[in-house]
Amino acid sequence: MAGYVILLIVAMSLIAYFVGRSSGLKFERAGRGSTHSRPGYHGAFVAVWVGIPALVLVLLWLFLQGPVVDRLLIASLPDTMTAGASRAQIDLYLSEIQNVVAGRLFSEPTPEIVAAAENFERWNIIARWAMLVVVAALMVVALPLARTRLAPRFRARNNVERVMSALMIFCSLVAIVTTLGIVVSLLFESFRFFDKVPLSEFLFGTSWEPQIPLRDDQVAGLGAFGAIPVFTGTLLIASIAMLVATPIGLLTAVYLVEYADNRVRRIVKPIMEMLAGIPTVVYGFFAVLTVAPAVRDFGSGIGISVSPNAALVAGGVMGIMIIPFISSLSDDAIKAVPRSMRDGSLAMGATRSETMIRVLLPAALPGIMGGILLAASRAIGETMIVVMAAGLIATLTFNPLDSVTTVTVQIVTLLIGDTEFDNPKTLAAFALGLVLFIVTLALNVLALSIVRKYREKYE
Amino acid sequence: MADTILRGNIDWSDSRALAHRRRRHAADRRLQIAGITAISIAVGLLGILIVSLIGTGYKAFVQTKITLEFPIDPELVDAESPADGNYRLIVRNAMQALFPDVEGTADLKALNEILTNNTQFMVRDAVVADPSLIGGTVALTVPASDPFDQLNKGEIARETPEAQRRVTDRQIVWFDELEAQGRISLPFNWGLFFNADSRFPELAGLSGAIVGSFFALLVCFLISFPTGIAAAIYLEEFAPRNRWTDLIEVNINNLAAVPSIVFGLLGLAVFLGFFGLPRSAPLVGGMVLSLMTLPTIIIVTRAALKAVPPSIREGALGMGASKHQVVMHHVLPLAMPGILTGTIIGMAQALGETAPLLLIGMNAFLTSPPGGILDAATALPTQIFIWADSPERGFVARTSAGILVLLGFLMVMNAVAIFLRQRLERTW
Repeated sequence: MAGYVILLIVAMSLIAYFVGRSSGLKFERAGRGSTHSRPGYHGAFVAVWVGIPALVLVLLWLFLQGPVVDRLLIASLPDTMTAGASRAQIDLYLSEIQNVVAGRLFSEPTPEIVAAAENFERWNIIARWAMLVVVAALMVVALPLARTRLAPRFRARNNVERVMSALMIFCSLVAIVTTLGIVVSLLFESFRFFDKVPLSEFLFGTSWEPQIPLRDDQVAGLGAFGAIPVFTGTLLIASIAMLVATPIGLLTAVYLVEYADNRVRRIVKPIMEMLAGIPTVVYGFFAVLTVAPAVRDFGSGIGISVSPNAALVAGGVMGIMIIPFISSLSDDAIKAVPRSMRDGSLAMGATRSETMIRVLLPAALPGIMGGILLAASRAIGETMIVVMAAGLIATLTFNPLDSVTTVTVQIVTLLIGDTEFDNPKTLAAFALGLVLFIVTLALNVLALSIVRKYREKYE
Repeated sequence: MADTILRGNIDWSDSRALAHRRRRHAADRRLQIAGITAISIAVGLLGILIVSLIGTGYKAFVQTKITLEFPIDPELVDAESPADGNYRLIVRNAMQALFPDVEGTADLKALNEILTNNTQFMVRDAVVADPSLIGGTVALTVPASDPFDQLNKGEIARETPEAQRRVTDRQIVWFDELEAQGRISLPFNWGLFFNADSRFPELAGLSGAIVGSFFALLVCFLISFPTGIAAAIYLEEFAPRNRWTDLIEVNINNLAAVPSIVFGLLGLAVFLGFFGLPRSAPLVGGMVLSLMTLPTIIIVTRAALKAVPPSIREGALGMGASKHQVVMHHVLPLAMPGILTGTIIGMAQALGETAPLLLIGMNAFLTSPPGGILDAATALPTQIFIWADSPERGFVARTSAGILVLLGFLMVMNAVAIFLRQRLERTW
């Protein structure tokens, strides 16, 4: 239904455009040179006043329809059911009514619920048709109203341009709203989590066992939420990734800048872009399919037992993913060093390696450090590789051959297939997400400020 | 080096100077070799990745099939309601007719394990489509079940002891007899593209995931493309330089580096929790992906706008165009190729994104493709994740094949982007 309404709005706006444009053409023909705006702007003016209010109304309607119908439903339930009922109980009624409407019957519903379900269906249909009628009426009224404002000296262009500016400002605010949405939703759910689990236990506890019992008689962990082993696991895997990626990425950049001729560069650059463009789920499967068995076989070959989801595997494969990131950022940083420094060093008789190690790399160091920090934030936030190749159980260890878990793995496993927002298990995922967001944000801000300062130095 | 300089007149052919120079040149070569080694490792790892995917995946592009004639016994199927017949028995009878010496329930069950579990439904569909077949025979080519598909492709070695493989010696004898009768074929596996997901590897396909990814990308494009361009035009062409616009800029740069899973948390808490949008829907997936692609599109659009020389703007302004007209009529059309290239690359990233889609439930097990943006759906990367988690051996090849399909889509998108860049982008 909403789709048809939007189609209707688009169609009406088009009609409005042509109505306005024909007026504009008439003005133009009547008095040559005395009209203010081109006919197209007259059309756009009418279209804007027909389309935009209708669109806003539809969005508001869609947003409010659910809560209003729910409110009506609760009011229609007999007093015996609602009197003194808690919020959760009423929610339960509502979801039961929705289940009855959808035909998912788990038990024989009471007659009150059946009646409410019929009401629910009827009101929803009424609401949908009412929306269509109201929106159509609004547009039918708006069209002639907007059209009467048109005149040869009417400043249609300025009006339309003002609306467009407002729309553009609105669009650039989306980025801010997104950030706010992230911060608010993470904070909100995290606060609810810290209501149940103290902050100090979360940050400094050393036992992470989020499997809380669902029933009272169930044998399960008591639900320990000490995130230290999760943090150390994340650090271990990210460090392994950086140990793999930094030397390879940096040496690749050094070779490409200083030694490679154009032919080599033309081949290696696209290969690096391919490495960067491969989705992480592919790397994850590669880790499980190829790397993990290879590491295990190698380990048993030299007599070391390797855990099937060793940190080494996930970290190593993550390192491969990060190589192009480091190489391209280092490449940029080295290239940004002024040419005169390089030429001066070479003119003094230094070899290319001496120029690189004693002149270019020290000068580019801030830029390279910034790149490494950005890469580290990528490694910490990377999800799919660790979900597929790392472990689920949080162990406090720094042995790369052991299985560890990471923040992102825990978020995914805590939230998959579970939408209950009221137990500490799911809320814990948001607390972990908050920590992840803060840490990556801090790394990014630090990295970007280092890179910017360094760039200013040479400009 | 320092003491060499202080020494005054230097004899460059002196053995010590020669040795020193040799050492320095050796150090230079060492760095060069280290660079070549690093590049070889990176290229080699990419090679291993691709070879291992193709090596395990190429076999899923063909599928072992068995051609059989099923006599439709009118006693088992009522012409009035052909959908309710006892097709299990029809399939069993058809197999027994080929192997008359097989008797006993257990043996017959083992015999029927050669065929895919859904054979009876395929026969039923054929009969429902053409009820005149009742009383006659239906010739169908049905997929072999996963173990026999593996056997036929050589993944299950016949030399392995019977206890360690999933097919018994007797079943192999039967299968070989079917082969001798020319009933076994190994055609291209169109089902990989046109079937939806299934618990049985031989029937599982990507159609649901491809349609789901298409819907999600469509939503993502419809939201992020206009929004991103409008935001970029405002920031690049109209916005005054003040603290507000600085804040927006810093914000966009930071959003581009926020881990994707955080966007998943946002989608879960806001789109599903607060707005109550349906779980697993491509609409929600597309909205989350659009928030992730938005910074990319804004950044590339600004770069493309910046690349348009100021003389164009000044010329248009000098002719009496308003600022909006300058941007809409001149700058934006000239920047469009660059914007489109960047957008396609952003869409390719969105296509491969997995983690946020997992959190909003686009990893459901669904046996039919979605009909619209509000239906539950999977996407290509989440389908790969589901298959990678499945224990059946046949899914290993399917996962690799699914990855090859995904990489194929990404390569096509990137090729289009490169083509656009080379064809349309102009240098000033």
